[in-house]
Amino acid sequence: MGWFKRLKDGIQTATKNKKEAPDGLWNKCKRCKKASTIKELKENFYKCTSCDYHVRIGSHDYFDLLFDGKYTELFSNIYAKDFLEFTDLKPYHTRLEQAREKTDLVDSMTVAEGKVNRRPLVIAAMDFSFIGGSMGSVMGQKISLAVDHCLDKRIPLMIISKSGGARMMESAFSLMQMAKTSVKLSQMAKAGVPYFSFLTDPTTGGVTASFAMLGDVNFAEPEALIGFAGPRVIKETIKKDLPEGFQTSEFLLDHGFLDFIVNRKDLKTRIGDLLHLFTPNSVPSEKVSA
Amino acid sequence: MVFLEFEKPLESLYEKLEKIKQVGEDGDIDVSQMVSELEDKIKQTRKEIYSSLTGWQKVQLSRHPERPYCLYYIENMCKKFVELHGDRYFNDDKAIVGGIGNIDGQTVVIMGHQKGVNTKMRQYRNFGMANPEGYRKALRLMKLAERFNYPVVCLIDTPGAYPGIEAEERGQAEAIARNLIEMAQLKVPILCYVIGEGASGGAIGIGLGDKIFMMENTWYSVISPESCSSILWRSWDYKEKAAEALKLTPEHMHGFGLIDGILKEPLGGAHTAPMDMVKSLKRHIKKELAPLVEMSVEDRINARIDKYNSIGEYDVRSVAVNENAVAK
Ligand SMILES: [Zn+2]
Repeated sequence: MGWFKRLKDGIQTATKNKKEAPDGLWNKCKRCKKASTIKELKENFYKCTSCDYHVRIGSHDYFDLLFDGKYTELFSNIYAKDFLEFTDLKPYHTRLEQAREKTDLVDSMTVAEGKVNRRPLVIAAMDFSFIGGSMGSVMGQKISLAVDHCLDKRIPLMIISKSGGARMMESAFSLMQMAKTSVKLSQMAKAGVPYFSFLTDPTTGGVTASFAMLGDVNFAEPEALIGFAGPRVIKETIKKDLPEGFQTSEFLLDHGFLDFIVNRKDLKTRIGDLLHLFTPNSVPSEKVSA
Repeated sequence: MVFLEFEKPLESLYEKLEKIKQVGEDGDIDVSQMVSELEDKIKQTRKEIYSSLTGWQKVQLSRHPERPYCLYYIENMCKKFVELHGDRYFNDDKAIVGGIGNIDGQTVVIMGHQKGVNTKMRQYRNFGMANPEGYRKALRLMKLAERFNYPVVCLIDTPGAYPGIEAEERGQAEAIARNLIEMAQLKVPILCYVIGEGASGGAIGIGLGDKIFMMENTWYSVISPESCSSILWRSWDYKEKAAEALKLTPEHMHGFGLIDGILKEPLGGAHTAPMDMVKSLKRHIKKELAPLVEMSVEDRINARIDKYNSIGEYDVRSVAVNENAVAK
């Protein structure tokens, strides 16, 4: 959500800023079709109370789940523009305006800095609701700035991927963001600042084929769709049905491309553990007392 | 000769020319005047057609069945060339080839996507669509180049990385991503040339370098015009429109500052005078490598990182409040 809107609403801290869904509303599970209230869903980490299906959530939901209370949004002043004047069924600039209006977001990626179990972490998270979480110049630049920020302060970076891939309306510029984010991550690796890649449903295309696969640790939510080519494209190419469970988190774990799969209820603990192990000295008070 | 749709006026002129030549041979008549007139006409027509190619026409030319492919350039540019096979993990991908060669006294590690020259070979080469092993072989060769301090040259010509079940099982995405982060820090110079099709992740998987060039009748895009049409227009019928909208020609790419230059092709395309194209590519590689070789490793890698880090078009809007004052 943009800063102007937040101020207009008179809300002072970022954690309270996202659009709250009314708690009394009912949600019908996409998978098992059983209903639960939004309140129940929220209390269950946005997972179906019957079948544990992980409902797709947005960047601010993850920030709320993970950060110890408050967090600071970074680089929120970077906006996409329709510099190619790209028009398919509608002009790109119209798509952008509609997406901003619909989602109250600036673009498909939001970056925030905060603490997870008292240890600093920068999280760059995607919103699928904003043009399919697509990667354009804004996402590339936000990741680039986040890397600089993390290098400067020696804070680990976590990227939460949830994207259909490149933003076609930015053509080769979106393709080049794969290279841009990769050269920046090479600096993280060289400097020995940890980078965690967290893949959620769905992560495909150029996002998977660049930073999402390049974590020091790669992990995913259960049953997320993760792949390079989309299932429809593969099916059309090989003219065969795809095997059961193809391109799921479990499939990737089994084939050696993920370190582990984590249930959303354990996510904060697991990330806290990673931070503890990778950045043991990042809690000053602990050092003093020990 | 194979004529593309937009070359139809040429085809009929060539047919006429053949007929007249035949008449000359059969009837012992002097047709030299008519022949030279027709040849002038052909030249003129070709100039007209090629002076204003659309995006879609360039896409068609880049896929011309007679167009020279990667190995043709390598074998004709290098005095000596030894092809090196396999990724050392799984198998030898046939859609990406590479090896060690010698261009006018300079040893280089040179590689690229390879398409087949006939129906059988096109299958064998998987139409230039690499599996993960292709990208891993390419990386192995780049690491070899780094070990012996030889520059790397990559020739790009692919309709995309292969979208198949096995490709996903063996980590197509990881293979491309790994190449990108490794190429970012590779200690030796990397020169990249789009010599045909530059489609998406499959192209950039061996396309991150110090300098990127495109031949005149090629394209580079995040997606093929056909797929773009099917996704954004929800129909396969808008490929021409998509090709225009994607602004995928070398002229566009150079205008955006996304590539470093364009290699002129012989009039009518590289396939009309392939050895001329070989010579011109060879000259270009020599010229471009010289200053890159001179740079220190650190400067070269930093320049490479800056080059990619500067890519992107966006607005930076002023924020009315100090962010720190709001949160925390
Ligand atoms: Zn359910």
